[in-house]
Amino acid sequence: MLVADKSIVVPGEEVAVGMDFLPTEGVYRDGEKLVASRLGLLSVDGRLVKLIPLAGKYLPKRGDVIVGKVVDVLISGWRIDINSAYTAMLSMKDATSEFIARGADLTRYFTFGDYIVTNIVNVTSQNLVDLTMKGPGLRKLSEGRVITVAPNKVPRIIGKQGSMVGMVKDATGCRITVGQNGIVWLQGEPSQEALAVAAIRKVESESHISGLTERIKAFLDDETKKLQAALNV
Amino acid sequence: MNELLKAHLSRWLGNGRRYDGRMLDVFRPVSVELGVTKNAEGSSRVRIGDTEVMAGVKLAVESPYPDTPKDGNLMVNVELLPLSSPDFEAGPPSEEAIEIARVVDRGIREAKTLDTKKLCIQEGEKVWAVMIDICTINSDGNLLDAAALAAVAALQDTRFPEYTGTSVNYKKLTDKRLPLVRAPISVTVFKLGDFLFVDPSVEEESIFDARLTVALTRDGKICAMQKGGSASLSIDEVGRMVDLAALKASELAGYLQGSNKLK
Amino acid sequence: MGYDKRVDGRRPDETRPIVAKAGIIKRADGSAMFRIGDTVAYAAVYGPRDLFPKFLQDPQRGILRCRYNMMPFSGAGDRVKPGGSRRSKEISMVTETALLPILNLEDFPNAVVDVFVELPQTDAGTRCAGICAAAIALADAGLSMKDLVAAVSVGKVDKMVVVDLNYAEESYENGDVADVPVAFIPRTGQLSLLQMDGLIDKESLKKALELGRQACSRIYDVQKAALKERFASAALVNGNNGAHGPVNGKGDSE
Repeated sequence: MLVADKSIVVPGEEVAVGMDFLPTEGVYRDGEKLVASRLGLLSVDGRLVKLIPLAGKYLPKRGDVIVGKVVDVLISGWRIDINSAYTAMLSMKDATSEFIARGADLTRYFTFGDYIVTNIVNVTSQNLVDLTMKGPGLRKLSEGRVITVAPNKVPRIIGKQGSMVGMVKDATGCRITVGQNGIVWLQGEPSQEALAVAAIRKVESESHISGLTERIKAFLDDETKKLQAALNV
Repeated sequence: MNELLKAHLSRWLGNGRRYDGRMLDVFRPVSVELGVTKNAEGSSRVRIGDTEVMAGVKLAVESPYPDTPKDGNLMVNVELLPLSSPDFEAGPPSEEAIEIARVVDRGIREAKTLDTKKLCIQEGEKVWAVMIDICTINSDGNLLDAAALAAVAALQDTRFPEYTGTSVNYKKLTDKRLPLVRAPISVTVFKLGDFLFVDPSVEEESIFDARLTVALTRDGKICAMQKGGSASLSIDEVGRMVDLAALKASELAGYLQGSNKLK
Repeated sequence: MGYDKRVDGRRPDETRPIVAKAGIIKRADGSAMFRIGDTVAYAAVYGPRDLFPKFLQDPQRGILRCRYNMMPFSGAGDRVKPGGSRRSKEISMVTETALLPILNLEDFPNAVVDVFVELPQTDAGTRCAGICAAAIALADAGLSMKDLVAAVSVGKVDKMVVVDLNYAEESYENGDVADVPVAFIPRTGQLSLLQMDGLIDKESLKKALELGRQACSRIYDVQKAALKERFASAALVNGNNGAHGPVNGKGDSE
């Protein structure tokens, strides 16, 4: 290795020499050398060398549950902004189990600006993305607030088995939905909602520093005490 | 922004709070820097929160307009650079860019910021032209107030280049400052339902009912106004908006630290 | 007497002082500032994003679109009229071709990556400064690319082969001046921008290009440092906090 594991590398930086290493995501081979092809954290796992991206748009993946926004209502479905390079399609047949008559007013189901929790069922080689609303938890979102986080931080915001976001929900009493695409929807009582946003931002910016769960827990406890003290004055 | 998100944000504003924790009548942190680009005769950089604009003043010797043979020329232009927002496109100026430029221009003109008579070199033949260009670097809400503040700050920073009588030597700036009289400060007040707020975020800018930009001089005179938005305003509301603008304008005036003092 | 000492006292192979910073424009997907001497360039990247009108789309790969622009107050002398010129069109085009060889756009068919270069202050070498800023901004946007691109102007002022001509040198009047803006792909040493105006002999040109390559490798180090600086806090990863271990891959719902 030419660069230590977990260091930041930039495009064009040589990270390893020799045929023992295998380039995977974000790394390419040029003769004997392995070279970074994007900005990221180097991650070495045995012979496998990859980069964990530090920036970049969300790349749609089949099976991801995401939060999208209706940007167009078409003849047979809806066009959805999914915070990615491409918009996605939600077709009539995947939108509801109800029968929709030909020529029906589709805005009765979803209209411009609506936010939905949806599932990616297919991504083609041309990056055409198909969505479905059929599945548990998939629905139109109600009144609330939407924030955008870095898509590469989403796994940390959700946490193992949803532990991190679960903790934020429990502490604040907010309803929170985190899309794999970095769109987060929240709804709660104002001061609690503000706390939930602050906690999510804290996870986002400190996700790489160890002891994250404990730190977020302490943060939520402290802030909750402050809020209660302010109420009792 | 859709109705459900609007309803939620309105509820917050109704509670007197913004998403970023500010009260409704509070600006984000403001900073004004002078002399930020060396080829302009005067320049400034204004930040309001994450909104950032640069203003530059270029001076040139031109013929006066036929109807004002003894006055210098003033021009204000705004470039909403596509670099500063995903919503701006390259190409001819948008309505938004033209509106901001014209409102800033009116404030400066009507406050009589420049003593244009003193910009006359030879009546009917040669006058100084003062050209203010405002470029957006990061567009994160409230560009109008930022642009207006940047324009005045850049005027304060301006020095004349050497003029030989036939040509301008831009390489040599003199110590001579612009003949400035009075500063206009613009504050835009937004109305949503029964609530008034200032210095909106991009999100808040997408949900207001009406807005009123008020340019005030430091002695509290109103020198330009512009109403925007689809809703109408009552006389009483205009009164409240002007009062709030006046309060905030005196606060913003404190950020103008240029050595070329203005009233 | 010829031009044997540079006006600002630099060595022939020495660039003006360089400062670079990544992530200066929050609303952009990637951004950077690159300053060389008194020339300052800002660059912002938006995309990959949908491209309209549709006939511009390429179903094989994403396209790169660059726009080079001088702010109206950025130049020495007269105000630069907004709206672009033949000059700015051409520079936009060569900026595009300087950056294209490093970008992997195959994963983004029909989409566009927009690069906006703005000059708030100029003192020669603006297209090169713009390319340097743009390369940092593209990496900052997280795009897949084989390398960065570094650019500088080289040339000859009277008898002296020099790197990074400033305005005074470009406009030297007592002898021939050649201005050769070049961009190098640092790893391969290949040129992706080459223009020239003025007068120069073959030998001097070859020498100038070699000096340019060396200068670009130093510029690359500055670009690299700017990107690393921006994400420095992300390198603090310590121990087994499982930061990037397996997590439940599904979106979470209330």
